[in-house]
Amino acid sequence: MSTTSAASRSAIARRFDPAVATAFGCIVLLLLVGSLYSRNFLSPEYLLQQLKVASFLGVIASGMMMVILIGQIDLSLPWVVTTGAMMSCALASYGTTGSVLAIPFGIACGMLLGLVNGLGVAYLRIPSMIITLAMNAVAQGLMVVYSGGFSPRDFASPAMRYIATGSAIPGVPNAVICWIVVGAATVFVLTRTTFGRAVYGIGNRERAAYLSGVNTRRVVLAVFAISGGASALGGVLLAGYASKAAQSMGDAYLLPAIAAVVLGGTSILGGRGSYYGTVAGAILITLLQSILSVMQMPEFGRQIVYGVVIVLMLLLYGRERAVR
Amino acid sequence: MAEPAPLFTMVGVSKRYGGVHALEKADLDVRAGRVHAILGENGAGKSTLIKAMSGVIAPDEGRMTLDGRDVAFGSPAAANAAGVVCIFQELSLIPDLSVADNIAISNPPRRFGLIDRRKQRQIAEEALARAGAEDIHPLALVKDLPLSRRQMIEIAKALARRPRILILDEATSALTAADVAKVLAVIKRLRAENLALLYISHRMHEIAELADDCSVFRNGRKVATYQAGTKSDAEVVEMMIGREYSHVFPPKPVRTGDAKPPRIEARGLSWAGRLRDISFAARAGEIVGLGGLDGQGQRELLLALFGVLRGCGGTVAIDGEAVSLSSPAQAKSEKVGMALIPEDRKTEGLMLPMSIGDNLTFAAFHRISRGGVIDRAEERRLIEEMFATLDIRGAGPQTAVGSLSGGNQQKVVIAKWLMNRPRIILLNDPTRGIDVGTKQELYQLLRRLADEGATIIFYSTDYDELIGCCDRVLVMYDGAVKRELVGDEITEKALIASALNMPAEQAGANPMAAA
Amino acid sequence: MKEWRFWLAEQRGTVTAAAIFVVMFAIYGLNHPAGFSANMVQTAANKGVLLAFVAMAQSLVVITAGIDLSIGMIFTLTNCLASTIVVGSPVEVAFGVAGVLAAGLACGAINGLIVIYGRLQPIVTTIATGAVYFGLALALRPTPGGSVDETLADLMTGQLFNVVPSSLIVLAAVVLVIWIPYRRSAIGRAAYATGSSEAAAYMSGVPIRWAKFVAYSIAGLLAGVGGLFLTFFTYTGDAAYASGNAYTLFSIASVVLGGVSLFGGSGSAIGAIFGALAFRTIGDLLFVFNLDPLWQPLFQGIVLLLAVSLSAFALLRVRNRLDWFA
Repeated sequence: MSTTSAASRSAIARRFDPAVATAFGCIVLLLLVGSLYSRNFLSPEYLLQQLKVASFLGVIASGMMMVILIGQIDLSLPWVVTTGAMMSCALASYGTTGSVLAIPFGIACGMLLGLVNGLGVAYLRIPSMIITLAMNAVAQGLMVVYSGGFSPRDFASPAMRYIATGSAIPGVPNAVICWIVVGAATVFVLTRTTFGRAVYGIGNRERAAYLSGVNTRRVVLAVFAISGGASALGGVLLAGYASKAAQSMGDAYLLPAIAAVVLGGTSILGGRGSYYGTVAGAILITLLQSILSVMQMPEFGRQIVYGVVIVLMLLLYGRERAVR
Repeated sequence: MAEPAPLFTMVGVSKRYGGVHALEKADLDVRAGRVHAILGENGAGKSTLIKAMSGVIAPDEGRMTLDGRDVAFGSPAAANAAGVVCIFQELSLIPDLSVADNIAISNPPRRFGLIDRRKQRQIAEEALARAGAEDIHPLALVKDLPLSRRQMIEIAKALARRPRILILDEATSALTAADVAKVLAVIKRLRAENLALLYISHRMHEIAELADDCSVFRNGRKVATYQAGTKSDAEVVEMMIGREYSHVFPPKPVRTGDAKPPRIEARGLSWAGRLRDISFAARAGEIVGLGGLDGQGQRELLLALFGVLRGCGGTVAIDGEAVSLSSPAQAKSEKVGMALIPEDRKTEGLMLPMSIGDNLTFAAFHRISRGGVIDRAEERRLIEEMFATLDIRGAGPQTAVGSLSGGNQQKVVIAKWLMNRPRIILLNDPTRGIDVGTKQELYQLLRRLADEGATIIFYSTDYDELIGCCDRVLVMYDGAVKRELVGDEITEKALIASALNMPAEQAGANPMAAA
Repeated sequence: MKEWRFWLAEQRGTVTAAAIFVVMFAIYGLNHPAGFSANMVQTAANKGVLLAFVAMAQSLVVITAGIDLSIGMIFTLTNCLASTIVVGSPVEVAFGVAGVLAAGLACGAINGLIVIYGRLQPIVTTIATGAVYFGLALALRPTPGGSVDETLADLMTGQLFNVVPSSLIVLAAVVLVIWIPYRRSAIGRAAYATGSSEAAAYMSGVPIRWAKFVAYSIAGLLAGVGGLFLTFFTYTGDAAYASGNAYTLFSIASVVLGGVSLFGGSGSAIGAIFGALAFRTIGDLLFVFNLDPLWQPLFQGIVLLLAVSLSAFALLRVRNRLDWFA
């Protein structure tokens, strides 16, 4: 009975999620603060540029969000991103066929790594935090062996570069379109398919989902594969953006991806959250980074502000219920 | 006789959860050297009462006194320090620690600031001996011990705290008959040592044997306090439910012979020593009850049929065809058509924070989707249909299921499975903790479903339900079906006698019916 | 009697970890070109103790069913701090050492306070505070550099009586002074109880918050000891993001290898130490078998993967599938 009030609160939250609203509110606030520094902050060019940068994070965070929704976490993200980038660039150096298959190949490598994560979590019931950390190490090991420890010399395929930097519709970067496609697919899967229902159900109570006759293990497996694929796609885009892959290029994305999901109101315990929140979270994090760099805040200051802001925002609305 | 002043009193104590009064203006006097029994149905406020007494929850209003002085316990630790110790129904032992560690957990003996293990072991051995559980080794890890041993440790742990008031909440529920006798002896000895004891149990004969005073609770209020032995059982039951005790059960149809193979038939079902060679069959239209004391393998039997248990021996046949089910997904498939209303609706039946609609469709994805994509119109239609069928009140499909009352939550669990049009419905004590009105609706529903051709296997801890609802009852004892009662043989006497594994003659039932 | 059985049941993880380490180190020693020697042990010890301190730190938090993903960053931050303040006159050095340890303690305490009073999940909290600690490290050491009192450093990393590596002595001393009393105190037991079952611990009147706070704080302190030692080995401070992250990862790996349950409540810091030493030996094994060092990260990853998969064998004994979701 003690859950009564919390539950009725979450019924209201379903219609108007305060976390999503807060995140969007913070975006507006950041833009206003930024515009005090420079008029450019409200210009369409700047906003589009930020949206483009946010789309890399947004694509990666999509997979992370699904994993968090089922109450797990994917810490293999950094090197899965790098694997996606390196493998697609590697294949791109093998003539035309390689160039054509570069993108799907990079994504497939990521999904494969994700699949191993999923097998460990769903079938061996290893805590996701551990198995994904181990997979991160394995992916790193594979890439170090592959590249000989140096920055790889392969270059991104033209298609990768086009998707990451071009704009098919004038004024709208392709990366943004890519994010919109990934985002729309995520929203569709989460809200309109039985798979999405199962994801929320598992996040709320895996036991009940299992007893309802849902094949929970297969769903968990699939979610980790999707997460691996999304991270690798993010890596492909980043490689296209920079024209080449680099060692540990994914390191900078783990904290932002988790932060984007959690700041967007998705419960770290799983079962609750909407993709719109993740969109807000990704934009918020990107803007925060941008403003800190525009303010010419040195790297150390950025890290500190970044950590403090995340803790403060979580304290605002990410708290667990009190015991008593 | 001049009564001494009560050791502990409670005056006008209330506790609300959300809008619901779990406890309303409760008064209670507890005296040293007496056993005070607390009676009441599930949800009557008994557990809230003892949680308030022992500092687990803070009451919203009212006062409590100990030795005539006002007290307010901020935590279980504070209550313990004052001498109020509770043995909770849900165990408070720490699985990864040893028995001795657990017994001394709240105030371990110290030397030079560190825990004195020798002294601790001595304390543990003393406490175990006092509780009559010398067979438990103080260095064993709690997680390696069976439930009945853990309950004895729980009692020893409480005694080690040298309580002045000891509260036992269903402390004998998981015990073997021999242990129960030991515990009752311990309680009598403690009474002689001038402790105040608060005893909560559903077992009337234990209360008759022990209690000096009784208080009856109903709907969060105290109804009456009386001296033990001054009220008849019928009067007590009447106070507990607040009216003449009569469930209205739907009439049972007359059975006729049926040539078709049984809908479900089990042969020699066994599992991990907890189920022993169980054979039975159930036909379409039949309601088969599972009886016996709680914890005799009834839950395991339902889980085994539903494909949850691994390594089951024996065979199960559906419509005469052998099946081997290894997951609920297979059990609910079109061909088998099974449904399980699980033991704990909050953790096994529902996703509490999710909406009623999402919960309702969760077991019936194939009916609301095409190629994995949800057909929203169809979903809405089915949800409305279920709302109408089960008369779920006071909420819409968007309401979070956790905000419903227990009875309505259970309706959602059942509706969720009815959406799947099951042919075999397994129910694991479905009326526990739900209101009388909903119970009545449920009985009607079960009979209607049976009349429509479903096979129902129904485990209940409430004997009246078994008597009123079932065509047959399988009485289980220690993992095996000890007796099968059919039709008029299903009487309270026969149920209780066979539940305790007494010979049928002793209970005056027909010996020919023994399985 | 059969008392030792109960002891074994409680210490199974630790004993297994110690056995794994002994076997691996024996293989390593026997195949080492120079064979067992004081110098070889010293080199191995110096590499091992760094991770051992961080793994000890992690185990304290994991026992309470928490996790500290900032532990590597506390290690990095204290390294940078030590390269700044552990210099000068002996008195200054002493104050410097105390300052470094206090900083570690403070970092851990902050984690604890946020997790307890902010009621935030440890994973997210410590990822975020990790960013802050790294930022502070970067502020102290924008580029690698600094220095440390060389006399003290050489004393700590050399050999005692030309035989025993002094780093091992310090490790043993830390175990004796911090871990053993902690393990045997009421607060240490409270930590185990909290990790094993928080609800039961609350019901039993165990001081849950205090137990968590102490665990996180001591974890910070131990990471600080590790950071100090890193400075003694390298004579410099380096705010390296990758190295901090790697130490966090390796600390969790060591804890798992060391038989500490990630669900909390069982295992010991001593197990984590053996886990750390074993994990380090994996890398050294590659060296004696003349494998390309490039393969080392992969090899470590695979060993880690296998180690965590071993726990899955317990699944075979699960006979009620609902126990999967416990």
